[in-house]
Amino acid sequence: MSSLLPTAIGLTLVLYALAMGIALLRLMHGPSAQDRVLAMDFMYVVGMLVMLVLAIRYDSRMYFEGALLMVLFGFVGSMALAKFLLRGEVIE
Amino acid sequence: MTQHWSEIVVAALLLASGTLVLTAALGLARLPSFFLRMHAPALASTLGAWAVTLASIVHFTAHEGTLSLHAWLIIIVLSITAPVTTIVLSRAALFRRRRAGDAALPPALGGRP
Repeated sequence: MSSLLPTAIGLTLVLYALAMGIALLRLMHGPSAQDRVLAMDFMYVVGMLVMLVLAIRYDSRMYFEGALLMVLFGFVGSMALAKFLLRGEVIE
Repeated sequence: MTQHWSEIVVAALLLASGTLVLTAALGLARLPSFFLRMHAPALASTLGAWAVTLASIVHFTAHEGTLSLHAWLIIIVLSITAPVTTIVLSRAALFRRRRAGDAALPPALGGRP
């Protein structure tokens, strides 16, 4: 029974990789610019979840800071792109 | 015995989160219009992230013997930032499609985009 957790972690990472691949397809030929921004924001969230799963896998707390930074940078990046789509410039 | 129990809970939460994130990605790929596609990633950033955070709290609490709630910070930050991004992005999409002359959209109410 001790191989339950590594199996579940591997399967979860495979599911995340599939989700990121589908989102990458949407990012590459999304019909409009806001579709691409949405797909990029989703990929940031999935990357953050991958970091959290790796923290469980390697039993280390070092990944939490990375995950937190990934949330913050994803927010700033998506916000800047959305402001650019809305106004034509980021900082007014 | 405690080890055993926490492993089952962590594995179930991780697999639930993986399924939810894959469902969100399928929604992002398959839904027909942008305003429908906008709903799909919320599944990953709320329920998927909650499941992984609960799994990591259970795992680290069971391994170290003390309550470790530091992963909760990610949920707090994510629940502040995700709605703001969604609202600004939806307003940008509405503004762009109104400016492109999309007749299927309702007219603006107060003159603001």
